[in-house]
Parts: sequence; structure tokens; C-alpha cells
Amino acid sequence: MQVEDILRFSLRAAIGNRGRTFLMLLAMAIGVASVVMLISLGESARLYVTGQFSSMGSNLLIVLPGRSETVGGPPPFLGLTPRDLTLEDAKSLTRSPAIRRVSPLVVGAVPVSWQQREREIVVIGGTSDIFTMRDLTVSSGTILPTLELGRGEAVCVLGYKAKQELFGHEPALGQKVSIGDRRFRVVGVLAQKARSMGDDLADMVIIPVASAQALFNTSSLFRILVEAMSEETIPQAKKAILGIIKDRHEGEDDITVITQDAVLSTFNRIFRALTMTVAGIAAISLVVAGIIIMNVMLVAVSNRRSEIGLLKALGSSRQLILRIFLAEAVLLSFTGAIAGLMVGVGGIKVLAWLFPEHSIGLAPWSPVVAVVVAIATGLLFGVLPARRAANLAAAQALSRR
Amino acid sequence: MISLSGVSRIFRVGGEEVYALFEVNFSAASGDYISIMGPSGSGKSTLLNILGLLDRPDQGVYLFENEKISDLNENEQAAVRRDRIGFVFQFFHLVPRLSAAENIELPLVLAGVDPDERKKRVGAALKSFSLADRARHRPDQLSGGQRQRVAIARATIMAPQVILADEPTGNLDRTSGNEVIDILEGLNCQGITLIMVTHDPDIGARAGRRIRMMDGRIAADL
Repeated sequence: MQVEDILRFSLRAAIGNRGRTFLMLLAMAIGVASVVMLISLGESARLYVTGQFSSMGSNLLIVLPGRSETVGGPPPFLGLTPRDLTLEDAKSLTRSPAIRRVSPLVVGAVPVSWQQREREIVVIGGTSDIFTMRDLTVSSGTILPTLELGRGEAVCVLGYKAKQELFGHEPALGQKVSIGDRRFRVVGVLAQKARSMGDDLADMVIIPVASAQALFNTSSLFRILVEAMSEETIPQAKKAILGIIKDRHEGEDDITVITQDAVLSTFNRIFRALTMTVAGIAAISLVVAGIIIMNVMLVAVSNRRSEIGLLKALGSSRQLILRIFLAEAVLLSFTGAIAGLMVGVGGIKVLAWLFPEHSIGLAPWSPVVAVVVAIATGLLFGVLPARRAANLAAAQALSRR
Repeated sequence: MISLSGVSRIFRVGGEEVYALFEVNFSAASGDYISIMGPSGSGKSTLLNILGLLDRPDQGVYLFENEKISDLNENEQAAVRRDRIGFVFQFFHLVPRLSAAENIELPLVLAGVDPDERKKRVGAALKSFSLADRARHRPDQLSGGQRQRVAIARATIMAPQVILADEPTGNLDRTSGNEVIDILEGLNCQGITLIMVTHDPDIGARAGRRIRMMDGRIAADL
């Protein structure tokens, strides 16, 4: 029997019994749709998080005071180590040829007020480089001026939300706000989408790092952001940082350097595992679909006993009958898989439309996986019914009325 | 062309062995017209099933054109059924979802014959069995006589040497029954061996050779 004839025969048999066919298609479609959607959601979550990390800026290294043996774990907090990072440390890092930019950071929360309005806002002490390194843009005004590291200036850049809360709709540029007990002139307002890694930079005020140190009355840094020359020089930069700081800290390794790719790969691993788990759970519905296919095919075989007997009388061998029934199971699985695929892709599109900010998208390999698994399921669970059909004794099958 | 010697078929019913056929010796020459009669349970259908390779004897030797059937494997036996034997059944056994033409075409499809060739042969068969205007009807849209004509067309489409008919008129009224018998006899005149199981003494009497079965043995062979 020619392959296209086997397919046509199976197709006719499937169309001939609508209820049975619908049941099998439905089961397989639900299985495939759930696999496609869950894999895609898992992948989207992973891409979202890694995307957020990338928005920290490229080729970024983070220098923290204190030692931490684990990479990507929670960083130690300020004040846990006897030796702090200082502005001098930060300045010395620029000596390395592998390092392009250095941005020391000081962070603290103080009351910020303008006229009668006062809010407790997180104040970040930084340099003009932090805007480049963390990809921050201003919607009005300018970024911080480029100053020598030790010099402060009474200027500030407001986050979008901080500006809204202090000024409402009134213009903020050129106004003086009180930060702690000092007054700073507003030179810029951050663009609204300035958001990275969950720190909502919209609700912050950025001032020059030396001013922040004076404000918080400290000489230590919260952390130092370092940008390597290129992706290839990241390991070199890391080595240089460790070496320079060790020299300055009397030969002690008392800092932690986090590279972006170390953090990224940790997150990647976590999310891959998560996606696989979720996909595994979804695959259970494919197994259920397989069992339904097996059951329905077994019923079909006993309903079509006399037809099978006839096929044998007309000269079908066992193998041919096996093939005909397997073809039917696979055909139905495949059609169900395609239907499920459309539902899954449609579902992802709807979710992407409902939640545009979460960058939900179809994982490109999920349809392939789902359809291959669906066909394999059809084959696997089609074998038993097909074998039963092939092994029917022709004489008995024909005598049943 | 067909020869059975010492063929027995045993069924086990509740731990007891029942001989559906007991040491049957039977032979048929090419072009024979043989009717097999006898009461229910006398082994007529079992004999026909064994002749048609739908059932295997438990003892004895079956030669089909001097070939020992028990030496053939499953695939070779299927090929013998496909190419050399045509079956006609009491309950027609047409595939309900296929049209008359498609039912007739089925053996050609199973044999892997090319679509063009299939179309030609089915067209000719429809014409010679006066079914041309019924080609696209499904079995449930056909009368009993028409259904059996479709079944006979299907049985002969592969140009077999033998037609085995199991009560071909059992489900038909007198007129259509006679019509079917006429067709079968016409095929026999063209040289096809016809072996027919029947309950109807009038029809049985028309055969050139009449076999009577009783308790799994051949009681009379005239």
C-alpha cells in the first residue's frame, strides 16, 4: 500500500467518526497548547530578567567592600568590613588599561523637600559616568557635570517620580531643593523609563559623589561600578581591580568583584531549570492525551473488528494493518498538535498584548518540542491498539455481526 | 488446484476439545463450481475459512496450486489472499464510510496499484456489474442486491482464481439472490473456481458438484 493511500485511508476513518476524532484532537491540543504556553512564559521570564541585568550597562563589574565566597549571592552590606572602599580606591582603578570608566556610589535615604513638600527619598552619590554606565537619560535639563572625583557641587538630578511628588506639574529645573541640611540646584530630571534591576530609579535623587559623602558624613563608598574596555577584557579588569585594591589595602583581599556574566549565568541556570520544571508539568497533560488516544483507539479497534477482518481477507498483512492504525493515531496527534500550537501561540499573543511591559514572547523552540513530543506520544500510545488490530484473527473478526 | 488432506480444526470450548473439522479430505480443480451445504455447526464456514487462508488447520496439509500453505509466512499468505482469492460474504462487509467505487477499489489500494490503473479497472468493474450510476453512493444508500454486487466486484477486481462465497444470498430476497447467483455463475463460466456455502437447497442444487457436511466431516460429495 502506498504511503499516501495509507494516509488517505486513515484520514477517511478519522473523518468517519467525528466524536472520537474530536475527543482525540481536543486532548492533544490541550496538551500541546499548555506545553507551548508554559515554556514560552518561562523563557519570557528568563529573558526579562537577563534583559534587566543587561540594562545595568554592558561590560559592567561591581566592586563591593567585604569578601563573599559565593558569586551571585546576596552582597554583604555596608559596614561589615573593617576596611571601606574610598574615593581614592576608585580613582586608583582608572590606572588599569582594561578599565574604561569607574563610578563610585554612595547611597542613603534622607528627607528631601521643596517649599512645603517633604519626602524621604533615596539619595545616590555618583558621577556623570553613572548615567552612561547605567544607560540613564534625562527628559529635561542635563546630567550631572563631570567633576574631579573629590569635588562636590550643589547640583542634583531628580528621578521622574521624585520630581512629580515634590513639584507636581511645576517646572523643577533651576529650583533649589533641600536634601538633608543642604540645598541643591535641580539641573535635570530623569526620563520616565529609567528603571533597572528592580531599583526604581524614578524615586531617587542623584548628586555628585563627594557631595553625598559630605551629606552622609562618611568617607566610605557603598560600591564601585567599573566598566571594562570590552567584553574580552572583563577577566583582565577583574584581576586588575583585585590587584590594585589588594595593594592599597595592605595585601588583604577584602573586596568582592561581581561580573555581570556570572550573575547572568546564575539567573539563566535558575530560569532554565524553572522552565524545564514547568514544561515537565505541562508534559503530564501530553501523557494524559496519549492515554486518551490509546483508549479511544482501542475502542475504535473493537468497533471496527469486521473491517479489520475484511482488510485481512482482502490481503493486508499484519504489518500493513499495524501501519494503518499507527498512521491514524499519528495523524490525529499531529492535527491535534497543530490545533494546540495555534491555541498556544494565540494565547501567548493575547498575554503579550495584555501585559506589554513583561515582554512575553513565543519561545522559538517550543513549537518544535511540542509537535515532536505530540507525534511521539501518538506513536507510543498508538502501538498497543494497532498491535491488537493486527493480531485479530480474521475468521473470528469477520464472523461477528 | 486446491487439495486438503487429513485437515482438522479444533476449538477449545470450556476445556473440552471440539472438532469443527475432522480429518477432511477435499480437492477442487480449476473451474469447478462447488456448493457446500449442511446444518449449522457442521463445519461449512470453518472449511471455507481454511480454504481462504483466514484460518489455519490444526492438522493436515493444505496445498494451493501445489504450494504447501503451512510453509508460507504471514506476508506470503496475505499475498495469496490478495492476488488469488476473492471473498463474498453474507453480510457484504462493505466499509460504510467509503463509496461503492472506493469499496471496489480497496483491494487495489491495499496492493499498492497505481491510481491511474486503479481508476481504469474500477471503471470497467462498475460497468460490467451495472453499478456505474451507483459509483458515488455509500453502502447505506444501496439496496441489498446492489451491495452484494459491489462486494462481488471487489472480490473480482484483483482477477482471482477462486471465489469463496459464504451464504452470498443469505441476506437477500429471492430476486436479488438469484441475480447474485447468476453473476457468480457467469464468473464461473469465465473459468474462475467458485466455492459457495449455502443454506438454500435450490441454490445448492445448481452447482456442478455438491458437498454435504455433517459434524465436521464431508458426508456426501456428488
